[in-house]
Amino acid sequence: MRKLLSCVTFALCAAGFASATAAAGPADLQAQYAAEAAIQPSATRGETFFTQKHGKEWSCSTCHGAPPVRDGEHVMTRKRIAPLAPAFNPEALNDRARADKWFKRNCGDVLGRACSPAEKADVLAYLTGQRK
Amino acid sequence: MKSARLAAALCPALALVFACAAHADGMAVPAHTPAAYTQECSACHTAYPPGLLPAASWKRIMGSLDKHYGTDASLDDKAVAELSRWLQANAGTYKRAVDTPDARITSAAWFVRKHREVEAHTWKLRSGGGPFNCTACHAGAVRGDFSERNVRIPK
Ligand code: HEC
Ligand code: HEC
Ligand code: HEC
Repeated sequence: MRKLLSCVTFALCAAGFASATAAAGPADLQAQYAAEAAIQPSATRGETFFTQKHGKEWSCSTCHGAPPVRDGEHVMTRKRIAPLAPAFNPEALNDRARADKWFKRNCGDVLGRACSPAEKADVLAYLTGQRK
Repeated sequence: MKSARLAAALCPALALVFACAAHADGMAVPAHTPAAYTQECSACHTAYPPGLLPAASWKRIMGSLDKHYGTDASLDDKAVAELSRWLQANAGTYKRAVDTPDARITSAAWFVRKHREVEAHTWKLRSGGGPFNCTACHAGAVRGDFSERNVRIPK
């Protein structure tokens, strides 16, 4: 019984955790990063950052493609990745917690460090600038 | 009472053949799989049934998500704690659940033996990616179904 209870508690916690951060929307997310960096985001800088290597083996485009308007593929596991550009994927970039989680992971893999708010704002400008 | 004692006696023996409890069977997926596990641990590959590895392996895996088999799979502390707890509770306790040096299911002797017939080039097929990608050949992997009936090697 105690086990069942803890299972239920856990499931509830997990559900709460999954929906913790409200959807901000891509424009809102970009504004948040830009405000933290106190810069005017640049899609051109974002594109350069996204497509170039930063001293390690992979660039952002290795897994996401460039421009990331089509499905990408995880370079190691080959799992399909939905397009990052919001115009091509309504699910993209609408959750601050999810974006932060992947920036932390992917910047670690590509740069060996965290991305700065300015770098994030530039990448967002590049991604939201992609049009159908 | 009598039958309960009988079952208790038979259980370990039967466990070798069938699964007596979710714990003992590495293939079965626990009835209560948290949404966070499915969501977080299937972002890059199949979410593995927790019984495929022992508690010690899961502990190491969850303690080093930032260095996860060549990629950064880090999660926030809260999620790590919650998923760890569930993995520990549902880790494999039977013979096949061995703690290999690199904490891989695919490094275990039983895995290598069972897959001896899979040709080296097959692992590298584009549709697969490697031995870690159970789903490429075992369509029921997420459900914990690795039966012979449901194996299909991609061409
Ligand atoms: C090794 C492969 C890989 C590399 C390299 C990579 N990513 Fe990702 N990225 C992923 C995966 C996988 C996801 C998750 C996709 C999903 O959940 O659908 C993701 C998700 C994201 C997200 C979250 C999207 C959202 O909707 O919230 C952002 C932002 C992102 N990546 C940015 C980057 C940037 C910037 C770089 C370069 C610094 C980069 N990625 C490099 C694999 C990669
Ligand atoms: C950011 C991508 C990513 C995420 C998220 C991720 N993994 Fe992995 N995982 C990998 C890669 C890459 C490998 C190695 C694949 C290979 O063999 O080339 C791997 C391998 C594994 C293996 C070893 C498989 C074998 O070979 O036996 C286990 C176990 C594992 N992951 C568990 C987890 C768990 C548990 C989670 C959730 C907490 C998780 N993974 C989330 C990328 C990821
Ligand atoms: C390239 C294809 C392929 C991949 C990838 C693969 N397998 Fe298999 N697996 C097979 C084949 C073929 C067999 C042998 C089927 C048979 O004759 O029983 C097998 C057999 C097995 C068996 C024995 C089934 C039984 O009833 O005896 C288990 C358990 C198993 N695999 C688990 C896994 C797990 C776990 C993974 C991922 C970590 C995995 N496999 C990845 C092809 C694959």
